[in-house]
Amino acid sequence: MKLSMILSQLSTGMAGTISIFVLTLVFSLPLGLLIAFGRMSKNRIVSGIFRLYISLMRGTPLMLQLMVVYFGPFYLFGMNIGKWRFPAIITGFALNYGAYFAEIYRSGIVSMDRGQYEAAKLLGYSKGQTFVRIILPQVVKRILPAITNEVITLVKDTSLAFSISYVEMFTIAKQIAAAKTTMVPFVAAGIFYYIFNFVVAWVMELLEKKFSYYH
Amino acid sequence: MIYLEMNHVRKSFGDLEVLKDISLKVEEGEVLSIIGPSGSGKSTLLRCAAMLETMDGGDLTYLGEQAVTIQNGKSVYAKPAVLRKIQENFGMVFQSFHLFPHYDVMKNLCDAPIHVQKRNRAEVEAQAEELLQKMGLTGKEKAYPCQLSGGQCQRVAIARALMLNPKVLFFDEPTSALDPELTGEVLKVIKSLAEMNMTMVIVTHEMNFAREISNRVIFMDQGVIAVEGTPDEVFDSENARMQGFLGKFREK
Repeated sequence: MKLSMILSQLSTGMAGTISIFVLTLVFSLPLGLLIAFGRMSKNRIVSGIFRLYISLMRGTPLMLQLMVVYFGPFYLFGMNIGKWRFPAIITGFALNYGAYFAEIYRSGIVSMDRGQYEAAKLLGYSKGQTFVRIILPQVVKRILPAITNEVITLVKDTSLAFSISYVEMFTIAKQIAAAKTTMVPFVAAGIFYYIFNFVVAWVMELLEKKFSYYH
Repeated sequence: MIYLEMNHVRKSFGDLEVLKDISLKVEEGEVLSIIGPSGSGKSTLLRCAAMLETMDGGDLTYLGEQAVTIQNGKSVYAKPAVLRKIQENFGMVFQSFHLFPHYDVMKNLCDAPIHVQKRNRAEVEAQAEELLQKMGLTGKEKAYPCQLSGGQCQRVAIARALMLNPKVLFFDEPTSALDPELTGEVLKVIKSLAEMNMTMVIVTHEMNFAREISNRVIFMDQGVIAVEGTPDEVFDSENARMQGFLGKFREK
């Protein structure tokens, strides 16, 4: 099998990989902020629930979570899960990554100086305005390196979608490797992930530079 | 007119009683300095007045409007909407400035007037320019706080507080984070505000400054007002604690 053939077959899976990556970020980044608010709630019951949620999401394998999200509706409610595969992957990834992002947001929020809140209060900012105008922009700058870490992990984690038989790039690589007894597709897949992450790191570095106008 | 009045204020942090029955009044145009050793409760008193700390007992009134009343010996705060309205009466300058680091000087000054008070941008910016000129900060509009010296930062913080046209301005040790040279430039600005009859309450360790600009001085010790009066009355007081405290300053 020629290299060009391998690459063209792998490329059909790249769209899947990239869409898992993009959609997971689109949903988990805002979700993480909501989870962080829940986790920091003054209401003990609310914060307890979110604490447990984060604990479960971080304490069990993502692969297992994907299976629960995908097969759960069938076993629990007897639902037809034929069209549920891709939505289940995005749901599973977003729920899992939301938990990690929540803790990153929280680390940034609790690291803020109390003085920023006090100054904002005395200038009449409401709580919402204080968060959006004063706190969040500074939090984003602080947590960017940690977010970068997580986003890079996500690129590699997309391959876990194989566990519920979704055909993304790595699934195809495994199929070709098994059929043709060759390591080449794995090498190609590795290079793809590396380039993908190289771009991610480059974009995140640009973002960090954008925030470096103050410290 | 009485701008600020507090009566029988009590405040504890856990078992530590920081304020023990403190009462004070600030009249329009008056400059009140609060001095005393660290841990005497000066800053806590100021922060109770600014509603940054919740007091346990006592009342608080601004220009006749009650923010906190005493009911059954305990402090009861007015509704949030009322408190927000009352809060417009005062501004605060902090020891470590608390400027917004992600905003340039102009935005630090104009953001709250434009987005909180919903005032006209052009009018707000004109006021900001005028204040920056008074503070000797012309040309620093586009600078970020991290590019300024401590003294410049504190002057920006004073300007930021003045942008909201407060009736009373609180200073919580405004020069304690500054070296003597930078202290001078900040004190000069505060002095110029006093000359414009700005009503101010200043917690400070600058004794000469307090004596010079204040109409009235309070010496606090261990959560109570030990001596109160005109600067001359307080600084020449026979009170043993006051003399001990001043003695340490003179030795320096």
